[in-house]
Amino acid sequence: MRLTLLNVIVAVVLAIAFAALNAAYLVWAERRGAARIQRRPGPNINGPFGLLQPPLDGIKLMAKQLTIPGGADKIMFITAPVLAMFPAIMSFVTIPFSDSIVAKNMSVGVLMIFAFASMGSMSLLFAGWSSRNKYSMMSSVRAVSQAVAYEIPMLITAITVVMIAGSTDLMEIVHQQSRSFLHWNIFPLLGNSHNILMPFSFLIFFICTLAETNRAPFDLGEAESELVAGFHTEYGSMGFGLFFMGEYANIVIGSCMTTILFLGGWGCPFGLFPGVWWFILKLYLLIATFIWIRWTFPRTTIYGLLNLSWKILIPLSLFNLLFTAGLIKVF
Amino acid sequence: MNPSTLASPTLLSVDGLVGVVFLIMVAITIIGGLIACNSDRLVRSVAGLVVCFIGVAGLYFFLNSPFVAMMQILIYVGAVAVTISFAIMLAAPEENKKIGPPSILAGPLGFATAALITGGFTVLALKTEWHVYKKLNDGSMKTIGLQLLTDYSMVFEVVSIVLLIAILGALVIAREGRDN
Repeated sequence: MRLTLLNVIVAVVLAIAFAALNAAYLVWAERRGAARIQRRPGPNINGPFGLLQPPLDGIKLMAKQLTIPGGADKIMFITAPVLAMFPAIMSFVTIPFSDSIVAKNMSVGVLMIFAFASMGSMSLLFAGWSSRNKYSMMSSVRAVSQAVAYEIPMLITAITVVMIAGSTDLMEIVHQQSRSFLHWNIFPLLGNSHNILMPFSFLIFFICTLAETNRAPFDLGEAESELVAGFHTEYGSMGFGLFFMGEYANIVIGSCMTTILFLGGWGCPFGLFPGVWWFILKLYLLIATFIWIRWTFPRTTIYGLLNLSWKILIPLSLFNLLFTAGLIKVF
Repeated sequence: MNPSTLASPTLLSVDGLVGVVFLIMVAITIIGGLIACNSDRLVRSVAGLVVCFIGVAGLYFFLNSPFVAMMQILIYVGAVAVTISFAIMLAAPEENKKIGPPSILAGPLGFATAALITGGFTVLALKTEWHVYKKLNDGSMKTIGLQLLTDYSMVFEVVSIVLLIAILGALVIAREGRDN
């Protein structure tokens, strides 16, 4: 494919559209899923299955007035929600949905996605600080300490996969898992690595994704019973909407990364459909698991949350890293 | 680079757009630096610092080293800036107050230092004989890793000693705080 300006623009527009559409319709999926788990109808009035709910919500949010609290830092108050959405959209540019559907494949794809994911915590900090509300502030400090804590085991686990693949190129990582579905990184012994700890890596990575996206049971940043609504207490209108879209876009990216690193990307177990459908199937199965977990588990405490990362996940993932390095050296 | 690529390309050609992107990155870096130095509120300064880091990352990317660019964002924006803002938020509740009137010497001394540094860099840049390569190497992780562990292993070791000392210092300070 020749790199023309038109191609680049089309790719970027598609990435933004994919991120925004997913963010909108995952809210719908989340509410339907929650309703199903709690045995109530959920949004079902507007359109078939309530499918018109997200655009209507969007129109409502955009029609509302954006109120800025008196003592707030205006510039940063407005910048924060934009910063919540921007890294998510940037990450979509390099995610390969199949061997031909990728906006811009980069040799440092893994790094790029984690680099932009780490920018998300800046938006939480700015939102909490600029609102001039002690609950927002406490919430953002919580959310960031959580994000910093879980970024470490997540990166270490990602490094083990990168070591096995010998590349940070997302397409290369998927290609190495593409021989058969037993070669996916999640499977021990038969997988690429012959590493019996890979299922645990997958689990650690998945838990970290849950925590990084501030999802229940790790949503301490928005613990309503303690902190009103968390860092977005003072946000109304589309400011609030952008935070929500950012959260769901991050869930999609986390699931994409789990699919690519551990579940063989667009690799298909039986070869029935073209790869991109398998990628989307795996992606939405993971997202469904996210929703399922959120409405099944109660919220943990902040100390339990931080201890889980610093005392259990980080030592485990470090051990895993050394073990994998040893295996690679021996075989 | 041969002179033909240096001859000013039209704005909408690929070279022209690349030049525009480069200038935007330089502007972002400078604006971020100015915000970081001149704002009254410390948190805004950190925001300026973040903008500056992103601009620098863009420059690295422009210079054919995507790995360094990504590390710049991952470490400086994702870790260093977050840690700095954490420290500010935990330590300084009255961030609106100015620290005090600056001393009379602050302006001239600052100006002299800035002039000295700028002059030094200018002389250095003009005196050095630049070897312009199209591409020094591929700038990939593999190349950087090999170079760090072979040609530049001494630098690598010294940096790790600096980090070790920093960690020990942090531990010592934290210990003292605990006794109080």
